[in-house]
Amino acid sequence: MPTLDDYKGKTPAWCPGCGNFGILKTFKDAVVELGIEPHQLTVVSGIGQAGKFPHYIKCNTFNGLHGRTLPVATGISLANHDMLVIAVAGDGDCYGEGGNHLNHAIRRNINVKLFVHDNQIYGLTKGQASPTSMEGMKTKNQPFGVFSEQLNPMALAVALDCSFVARGFAGDMEHLKGVMKEAINHKGFSLVDILQPCVTFNKINTYEWYRQRVYHIEPEYNSEDRVSAFQRSLEWGDRIPIGIIYRNNRQMLEERIPVIMDKPLVKQLPDLSKLETTLKEFY
Amino acid sequence: MDYTIKIGGEAGQGIQTIGDTLARVFSRSGYHVFTHQDYESRIRGGHNFFQIRFSDKPVMSSRIKIDILVALDKESITLHEKELLSDNGLIIYDSSALKQKHENQRFLDIPFVNLAAEHGGSKIMANTVATGAVLGMIGMELAILLGIIKDTFGKKGEDIIKANVNAAVAGHDFSAKQCITCSFSAAPLAKPRMLIAGIDSIGLGAVASGCKFYSAYPMTPSTGIMNYIAGKGEEYGIIVEQAEDEIAAINMALGASFAGVRAMTGTAGGGFALMVEGLSLAAMTETPIVIALGQRPAPATGFPTRTEQADLNFALYTSHGEFPRVIFAPGTPEQAFYLTNKAFDLAEKYQIPVIIMFDTYLSDSEWTFDGFDVSKLRNTEYRLRGEALQKLSEYKRHAFTESGVSPLAIPGESRHLVVTDSDEHDEEGHIVEDAETRIEMVNKRLFKKLPLIRQEIEPPVLYGDSKPDIVVAGWGSNYGVMRECLDTLPKNVKIAMLHFSEIYPFPSMDKFDYMKVLNNAKLTICIENNATGQFARLMRAETGFEFKASINRFDGRPFLLEELVERIKQKI
Repeated sequence: MPTLDDYKGKTPAWCPGCGNFGILKTFKDAVVELGIEPHQLTVVSGIGQAGKFPHYIKCNTFNGLHGRTLPVATGISLANHDMLVIAVAGDGDCYGEGGNHLNHAIRRNINVKLFVHDNQIYGLTKGQASPTSMEGMKTKNQPFGVFSEQLNPMALAVALDCSFVARGFAGDMEHLKGVMKEAINHKGFSLVDILQPCVTFNKINTYEWYRQRVYHIEPEYNSEDRVSAFQRSLEWGDRIPIGIIYRNNRQMLEERIPVIMDKPLVKQLPDLSKLETTLKEFY
Repeated sequence: MDYTIKIGGEAGQGIQTIGDTLARVFSRSGYHVFTHQDYESRIRGGHNFFQIRFSDKPVMSSRIKIDILVALDKESITLHEKELLSDNGLIIYDSSALKQKHENQRFLDIPFVNLAAEHGGSKIMANTVATGAVLGMIGMELAILLGIIKDTFGKKGEDIIKANVNAAVAGHDFSAKQCITCSFSAAPLAKPRMLIAGIDSIGLGAVASGCKFYSAYPMTPSTGIMNYIAGKGEEYGIIVEQAEDEIAAINMALGASFAGVRAMTGTAGGGFALMVEGLSLAAMTETPIVIALGQRPAPATGFPTRTEQADLNFALYTSHGEFPRVIFAPGTPEQAFYLTNKAFDLAEKYQIPVIIMFDTYLSDSEWTFDGFDVSKLRNTEYRLRGEALQKLSEYKRHAFTESGVSPLAIPGESRHLVVTDSDEHDEEGHIVEDAETRIEMVNKRLFKKLPLIRQEIEPPVLYGDSKPDIVVAGWGSNYGVMRECLDTLPKNVKIAMLHFSEIYPFPSMDKFDYMKVLNNAKLTICIENNATGQFARLMRAETGFEFKASINRFDGRPFLLEELVERIKQKI
């Protein structure tokens, strides 16, 4: 069985007090409790503070480009569906630069778990508005306040019939761990938006701000009812629901491709014995 | 015997079906065939044509002059009547369908539609009538065509086959009887030849190289590769994923390659522009990838369905940073097949991006060959997997080695972790900021690998006079037309061709001192399908050699044989 020591990675270069620390610790706890060995897991990340995440644990890692986590993760999962593939991205990375890929990853229902470190701000580039920044938030680049409406990733995902839609809070690690484990165990594409205070650049959405607003979705809530899930996903402001908002049992892409029904693509060595027959088709 | 047939009409009239079928009849009859197409960016209407040249001697380009014009619309007559050979050129058409009658003896009125309705039971078979009629004019038997009809319509049942056979016979008998002025004669049949288009050769090459993953976004002229591989997916165990855009396409392929399978993507210039960031990612993470880059006239959307060779500079210099890349530009479908295989081999061996450049002309042109030799393929497994990986005491994805090539392990096959990063990284693959590691990594990725890669590159092919006064040079799809020009020019002209299909790293002189040939020639001409002479510029940059003359065409059309011969003669 894996231990926390197996997942001990490099020392994080995040700001002291960053919400990412809570996510990192929770993630390690979750995978250790699920009995997942580091080599059975690939984390794909992009660029941003969240992009550094896989270096601070130990696992197979593809730290690629800003916004492009999901296509890389899709390629990995299609080539080897025995691998647990987790994509880690920030709100700018995933909802901004890579927005189109999110729509299509949801449509494909690729078996990738997307954990979004959502701090409602750009951290690595020092404090510009992100797609989830609240309207009116003033920054150096938005001196008159943010004009665009805040993106609601939960409502977007429910609207697209995303297979698993959940929200967590970096300041509530025990709850977040439960959500992460459910997401990992779910068969199909899972989006977990994790509220994560940026202690350096976001002076509005602080630990305190979130603590006053987040509440656990009640146990009797039916997460399989899409209409009520949509209603729940629209809640933002005085009360912010955390927990599993929506899930369905859509067949995942890896289950639909005849070529990989028996074994993963990477386990199938090319069989070129039929080439001569194939060449005859050109006569 | 060297005949050219042109089939002209609107998009959607089925000119490609007639063209493909006739080309197949000729290749199965043992003739040498070359086809080329000209079409507009629309699904219905406009003016398109399909041109077939066939001979009992090798042919590898299109001529301006045609022997038979199959006119499915009025515009075909207006546009192409002047291309008819003066002595025996003929036009066949259906006066009732075109609603115009030509009394000129160069016109043969064949009621395609009525014969189809009468003998095939449906007007739909008018194209089968036309196909049969062409064979009747040339004096060819129908047996091979009937075999093709059976192959094509096999799944649709006996009735459909029979109706098409009757339609073909009706067309054949009509023209054989009515065409008094026909003076064509077919050469005796020979062993069937392989008939293949450039685009299928690339797809076939990928399949034959153990490609397991292909992701792309459809774009002319590259879509045919995706079509071909998707058609073979089940048989060969290949996943083809249509991506939401070209950015996703290249990143998916990189993900699949990282996970342990041979992966490829393909696009045209505009899509490649979106992939550029991913090209650089492949370089930094040392992830093998093959990219097929189909050129068409640009900038921007340009002529979507036409041909050009104007993306060479783009492929050479695009992407941020400095890293090794290989660029191939096959000149024939046969070269496309073997170079696609070599692309996979080099991508896997050196963990680099390899780009196969082609263009609409090569993509669409069908050529005949004696066959491809499977035993010439290189399919070496370079990846570290299974026991070999498990027994290692330590594994570092980007370990420093003598050759600069680090062992490429498959994640999940052992307890060793595979870590890579788009940031500068250490041997393990983790982010670093220090100058020393940076220098060592650049040495590894670039300076150590590059000389080894350069040794793999084959020199240009020399064809023609061994001590030429005149050298014509070119790259990519102009191979065929350049070669035939040499064969057509008077024998007393001491001329040779240098054709480059392995463009970058620029071939060294070690295997063949082609610079000597160039330097000894009195006249050197660089022939390119672009406006500025991109290859000539590359030659100057790499060797200092300057061509004395150039022949360029940039109207979106390929060089035709008589035209290029004339333009070379003007320079001599």
